[in-house]
Amino acid sequence: MTTTLDPELEQLVYERPDSLVDCATHYCPGCTHGVAHRLIAEVIDEMGIREKTIGVASVGCSVFAYNYFNFDFVQAPHGRAPAMATGVKRVLPDRFVITYQGDGDMASIGMAEVVHAAARGENICVFFINNANYGMTGGQMAPTTLPGQKTSSSPSGRDIETQGYPIRAAELLATLDGASYVVRRSLHDPKNIRLAKKAIRTAFEVQARGLGFSMVEMLSICPTNWGMTPLQSLQWLEEKMVPYYALNDFKVHPAVAEIRI
Amino acid sequence: MARELWKGNEAIAEAAVRAGCQAYFGYPITPQTELLEYMSRRMPELGRAFVQAESELGAVNMVYGAACTGVRVMSSSSSPGVSLMMEGISYIAGTEVPAVLVDVMRGGPGLGNIAPAQADYNQIVHGGGHGDYYPIVLAPASVQEAVDLTVLAFDLAEKYRSVTVVLLDGSLGQMMEPAEMPPMQPLKKEFPAWATRGAENRERRMLSSIYLNPPDQEVTNLRLLRRWKEVEANEVRFKTYYLEDAEYVVMGFGSAGRVALSAVRAARAEGIKVGLLRPITVSPFPVQAVDAAVRQCKAGLVVEMNAGQMLEDVLRVNNNRIPFEFFARMGGIVPFPDEILAEIRRLAQGKASLEGHPRDRWLERVAAQA
Amino acid sequence: MQTDIIIAGFGGQGVLFAGQLLAYAGLGEGKEVTWIPSYGPEMRGGTANCTVIIADEEIGSPMVRNPQAVIAMNRPSLDKYEPLMRPGGLLVVNASMVDRKVKRTDLRVVEVPANEIAESLGDKRMTNMVLLGSLIANLPIIQLTSIETALKEHLPERHHRLLPQNYQALAKGAELLAA
Repeated sequence: MTTTLDPELEQLVYERPDSLVDCATHYCPGCTHGVAHRLIAEVIDEMGIREKTIGVASVGCSVFAYNYFNFDFVQAPHGRAPAMATGVKRVLPDRFVITYQGDGDMASIGMAEVVHAAARGENICVFFINNANYGMTGGQMAPTTLPGQKTSSSPSGRDIETQGYPIRAAELLATLDGASYVVRRSLHDPKNIRLAKKAIRTAFEVQARGLGFSMVEMLSICPTNWGMTPLQSLQWLEEKMVPYYALNDFKVHPAVAEIRI
Repeated sequence: MARELWKGNEAIAEAAVRAGCQAYFGYPITPQTELLEYMSRRMPELGRAFVQAESELGAVNMVYGAACTGVRVMSSSSSPGVSLMMEGISYIAGTEVPAVLVDVMRGGPGLGNIAPAQADYNQIVHGGGHGDYYPIVLAPASVQEAVDLTVLAFDLAEKYRSVTVVLLDGSLGQMMEPAEMPPMQPLKKEFPAWATRGAENRERRMLSSIYLNPPDQEVTNLRLLRRWKEVEANEVRFKTYYLEDAEYVVMGFGSAGRVALSAVRAARAEGIKVGLLRPITVSPFPVQAVDAAVRQCKAGLVVEMNAGQMLEDVLRVNNNRIPFEFFARMGGIVPFPDEILAEIRRLAQGKASLEGHPRDRWLERVAAQA
Repeated sequence: MQTDIIIAGFGGQGVLFAGQLLAYAGLGEGKEVTWIPSYGPEMRGGTANCTVIIADEEIGSPMVRNPQAVIAMNRPSLDKYEPLMRPGGLLVVNASMVDRKVKRTDLRVVEVPANEIAESLGDKRMTNMVLLGSLIANLPIIQLTSIETALKEHLPERHHRLLPQNYQALAKGAELLAA
């Protein structure tokens, strides 16, 4: 028996944003990169700025971000995305320029670039994916790896005596006067995903108003390298990462606080 | 436009401005800092982009980003800073976007000193970044030539979607000479079909140096190589002095070349039939001009402010046909003409040799003097 | 034809500016010129010197080992350059700052009490102009009027009221001829 849908009653409730390309991604099953991509794309669609946005991809799992976003994209050397974004934005100040970077890229090799982009108050948005390891190269220790966390290059667990402490990038960048909006969100459940989207929207609004540097850190999962199922990963994120990486607004410029979304 | 007295570094900056450079990104380092300082005044005055970056790494990647928008963009640095830029240079070359870099060379390796040297020849000409790429490298020997070649650098970078380097030593950067500035070109209003400036009413564009599929990378490598063959065929530049009837030839680029000019004149005054070949493009290297000089002359001398880096390119062309000798000052020391004159006299006395390597013989002479 | 001149002294004595004026004047007369400062570690070491070459053809080496003319504004500069000068060369010594006689006998020497002359004209800072005037009078490669023009064009506008004094300083120096 077949059912015929009544076109009058049919309602499209979910579709691919125009700002995403209709293609399969290379991300592992369960990975939250897809969620982050979608949130950014939805915001760009909602603001109607797809044709005015230029993305800067990084090196790591998100190296192919430019394949998935349906707007102009350039691809930076490892860690240099904020510098490259500076170059684009200074030449094209009326375009929206974003970087999409992982934790190895932004918080390790690219620390100088992001700190100085923030200090200069570059009018760009940095979207920072923190999944507590180097995903692309197979799960090595990242600057965000938790104390005791086992990775392929900290096989006995991160030893703070020899391998030091994780870097809380959002808190660090929030100390800089040039940064206008610096927050941390998480992608582990629908409520937090909605909050992340709101933060992404705020970041774009900050750029639209010329208020300077914004960074949205998103706690993410890496089931493949963590050696867990996606569900276990989401639980691990909530139980282990959130206590270490507080979900908070670390820097909200007074002018940003007035933005209503 | 009248000739005015310009300091080398500042002349290059103004020439870049007039060539329509829309964005400059740099980091202070002696002996190129005047270039950055000049740009810090001049670019904002014209409403163009200037950023003093956090490092040379930052600067070169800002250049990379701006280059992707299709505008004329440049950076400048000196040897240790240029080493840091090598990553970006390779990416820019691999992405096939045009960019201009000025390297005002100083003594090295390492921190070295701030005095003039030519020891970045290999790094720049033969590629200090990774992968197969071919930068166009222009080596001025005077402030006027630095001005002219800076303008040319932007044209060639655009024409061949290539990294183009203006390679000079610190003395030329610090020196003042008369120069005539080119007319002010308007900024570009039309942009190439690859430029990423926002996908307005068109398909999105991507600029990247990544070709994960090896056959695709090979296609790119071949494209770069074929484009380089075009550069080699069309863009070789050099200057000769007193070479028409020369029996001996001196070769040197940049400041070493102009110091050699004084020595060649002094030797001519002594009746020695010697001429000078000064490569202006050290990449593409003036192979045919060197070959012609080898065919014409009895012996040659290469003079450099490094340990014989261009020497190897000359010897490859010479292919052991005529004896070549080598003379250098290093570590930030500019040779005086009389030192080169003594070497020219040795050539004229038939003391040039085909045995062994010119660098080894020069080292022995240095040891004997010490 | 090429003339090479080294001007040497302490930082602050106007060594580099005097050299630049010479270069501007040469340029004004349509000649080829180069000006290159002492450049290297000594750049910050208290002594300053510059080499100026004035020629009627493309200039080769911007630096010279054996200069044809030297202005020695202090004792260390005299000690350094006297032995290096070409025979028959012109040596202009700031006698106010040098406590010894020139040793070489194969040079044309002018001893100029430049500090005192400058002070008598109202400003010690014109010492370099006095010495430059003497150099030009004894080395007729460019006209004194070209130096004056260069000075007018390149002295910052706010100092233009000092121009007449500076012209006087040049003229005073130019009265002193080599023996």
